Amino acid sequence: MELEKYFRVEKLPHIWCPGCGHGSVMMSIAKGVDKLGWDPKKVVVVSGIGCSSRAAGYLNFNTLHTVHGRPIAFATGVKLANPELHVIVITGDGDGAAIGGNHLIHACRRNIGINVVLFNNQIYGMTSGQYSPMTPEGSMATTSPFGNIEPPFDLCELTKSAGANFVARGTVYHLPKLDSYMEKAFSKKGFSYLEAISQCPTYYGRRNKLKTPLEMLEWQKENSIDIKKAKDLDPEELKGKIITGIFTERDEEEYTVRYDKLIASVQGGKK
Amino acid sequence: MQGNEACVEGALDAGVRFYAGYPITPSSEIAEDFAAKLPPLGGKFIQMEDEIASMAAVVGASLAGQKAVTATSGPGFSLKQEIIGFATMVEAPCVIMNVQRAGPSTGLPTSPAQGDVMQARWGTHGDHPALVLCPSSVTDAYLLSFQAVNWAERFRTPVIVLLDETIGHLRERVRLPGREEMVISSRKQPHGDPETFQPYEITDEDLIPPLPPYGGGYRFHTTGLYHDETGFPSNRPEVTDRLLNRLHEKIDKYKETLFLYESYGLRQANQLIISYGASARSAKAAWRKAREKGLLVGLLILKTIWPFPEEIVTQAGHDKNNIVVAEMNKGQLIGEVERVMDKRIPIRGANRADGVLITPEQILAKLEGVN
Ligand SMILES: Cc1ncc(C[n+]2csc(CCOP(=O)(O)OP(=O)(O)O)c2C)c(N)n1
Ligand code: SF4
Ligand SMILES: [Mg+2]
Repeated sequence: MELEKYFRVEKLPHIWCPGCGHGSVMMSIAKGVDKLGWDPKKVVVVSGIGCSSRAAGYLNFNTLHTVHGRPIAFATGVKLANPELHVIVITGDGDGAAIGGNHLIHACRRNIGINVVLFNNQIYGMTSGQYSPMTPEGSMATTSPFGNIEPPFDLCELTKSAGANFVARGTVYHLPKLDSYMEKAFSKKGFSYLEAISQCPTYYGRRNKLKTPLEMLEWQKENSIDIKKAKDLDPEELKGKIITGIFTERDEEEYTVRYDKLIASVQGGKK
Repeated sequence: MQGNEACVEGALDAGVRFYAGYPITPSSEIAEDFAAKLPPLGGKFIQMEDEIASMAAVVGASLAGQKAVTATSGPGFSLKQEIIGFATMVEAPCVIMNVQRAGPSTGLPTSPAQGDVMQARWGTHGDHPALVLCPSSVTDAYLLSFQAVNWAERFRTPVIVLLDETIGHLRERVRLPGREEMVISSRKQPHGDPETFQPYEITDEDLIPPLPPYGGGYRFHTTGLYHDETGFPSNRPEVTDRLLNRLHEKIDKYKETLFLYESYGLRQANQLIISYGASARSAKAAWRKAREKGLLVGLLILKTIWPFPEEIVTQAGHDKNNIVVAEMNKGQLIGEVERVMDKRIPIRGANRADGVLITPEQILAKLEGVN
C-alpha cells in the first residue's frame, strides 16, 4: 500500500512522545481514506486542540486545526456548505467528550455526514495530564491526585442513542480491527463515531503503574472485551473494561441529502 | 421594512448563501428571515446548538467557499468571541450581526443599548484588528450589511454589524440604490500550481492572500496557531511579528476608504455632536432643535466605529469649543474621542443606559447656551 502520499512527509518527524498511541490512529485514518479511494482534494480533516488534534497537520488533505472542543461544529459548516466533501473530524477525549460533548450529540442527532475519530487516551495529554471525562475511575491525574472519583463516559452508547449511523470502538493494540472499523465508518453516508483507545505513556501511564508504552498496550489487550462477549456479562464484570466492536450500523438518511431534498421541494422542482 | 430584515436583504444581495445561528432576542427575526429566504435560493440555513457552534459553522462554511453570516445579541456575542478571533487569525471572511440589548448578563432582552462597542473591538483575546459598522436607519442596515459582506470578503476578516434593538425592530421606508451601483466583492482566488500553493504567501500589495474553497483543487492547512506563509505553525518571533503586523496593516492601509459617516453643518458650527446607531437618531433631532434655537452646532454620525475614524473626528472637532458624544452606554466611544482630540476642548457625554432610547432633550442639555 502506497500510504506516503497521504502524509506531509516534510512535516515529520511528528511532535508526539515516543510510545504515544496517536500516530497509529492517524495511520489508520490514512488507510481508511486509501481503502475508499477518496480523492485527497475532496477530503477535509477538521480537528480541535490537543495532542490528537495535531494529527491534522501531518495529513495531506485540506486540514483545519480549529479551537478546543469545536471541530464538529466547524465540520458541520464545511459539510453543509459543500456536501460533496468527505469530512473527517479528529478529536480527543477532552476535546470531544468534555468541551465538545454537546456538538457531538447534536451532530449525531442530525446524522450529518461527518466521520468522527476520537483518539481516547483517557487523559488531557496536551495540557500535561489532567483527568478527562473518559478517565477511568480511580486513575491518578494531576487534577485527581487522590484518584479520580468521576465515572467515565461511554461515548459509544451515547452516540448510538443520539442517532449516529455508525458507532464502533477499537484499540491501538488491535490495529487491524481498528483499520476495518475505520473503513466501515468512512463508507457510511451519515454520521459515524469511531473511538480509538490510544495511549499517553507520558501523562497517563507513568502515573498509573503502566510504566512503559508496552505495558499500556498490554493493558488494552487484557481489558478489551468484544461487544458480542460483553452481552453475556453483567455490569459488575464489565466495570473498567473496554468494550470493543461495532455498536450500531444503520442507514438513516443523511442530513445534507435531506437538505437538498428540502431545497428541491421549496424550489418546486425548478433549478 | 424592518431593520433586522434589511440586514438579511443586504447580506443576500451581497451573495450570502449560508447562515448558522442560535435564536436570541432581539435578533431572532434575522434568523427567521434567513431560514425562509435561503433554501429557495439554494442556500443553507442551520440552527445550531449554541452560538459557539454557529460561529464555528460559519467559519467552516466560509472556508468551504460560501459567503456566511451569523446573528446574535449580547449573551450570544460573548459566546462567539473565541471563534471570532480564530476567524481573524486564519483570515476567514464572515459577518457577525449583533443586535445589542442592555447588559451585562441577560440584562434587558427587549431594550435598546449600545454596551457592546468595546466588546466588538476587544472581545476576543489578543491584539487584533476589528471592522465594525453601526447602522442608524433601516436603509443603513441594508447598506452596511451589504458592505460588511463585501469587506469581509475583500479583507478576509470577520466584520461586525453592530445594531441595537431600536434599529433592529424599527420599521421605515427604505431607499435603496439601484442594483448596478451595488458592486459585489468576493475573495481572491489563486491561479498558480496547486502543488506549490502556499496559503499565506503575500504577492499582492493589498497584503491579502487568495482563499480557494475546499475541494477546489488547492489543498492547504489552516490553524489558529501563529503560522508562516505555508500555513503551518511557527513560534519564531519574526514569523509571529510579521503575521500580527500584516493582520493589522491589511486594514490600516485602506483605513481612509473604510470611514463611513454622515455630517451636518460642521462648518458653521462652534459645537459638535457625535453619535452612532440608534442614538444618532436622537442626536439628529437634538441638532435640529439646536439649530432652530440659533445655536451653531454640527453633527457627525459615525457608521464605521472600528477602526475608529480618528481623522474624521479630529477634522470635525478640532475647531469646536464643546463636543458632545451621545451613546446608550456609560461612555464607551467617548474614550476614543477624548484620546484623539486636543485636550483643551471640553468633551461631554450624553449617556443613557437604562434600556430607554436616549432623548434629544438629554443631548441638547449638554450643549452650551441652550437655556
Ligand atoms: C477553550 C480552551 N480551553 C482549554 C484549552 C486548553 N487545552 C488544550 S488541549 C486540552 C485537552 C486536550 O485533551 P484531549 O482532547 O484529550 O487531547 P490529547 O491531548 O489527550 O490528545 C485543553 C484542556 C484550550 N486550548 N482552549
Ligand atoms: S503527552 Fe501523551 S498524548 Fe501527548 S504526545 Fe505525549 S504521549 Fe501522546
Ligand atoms: Mg486525551
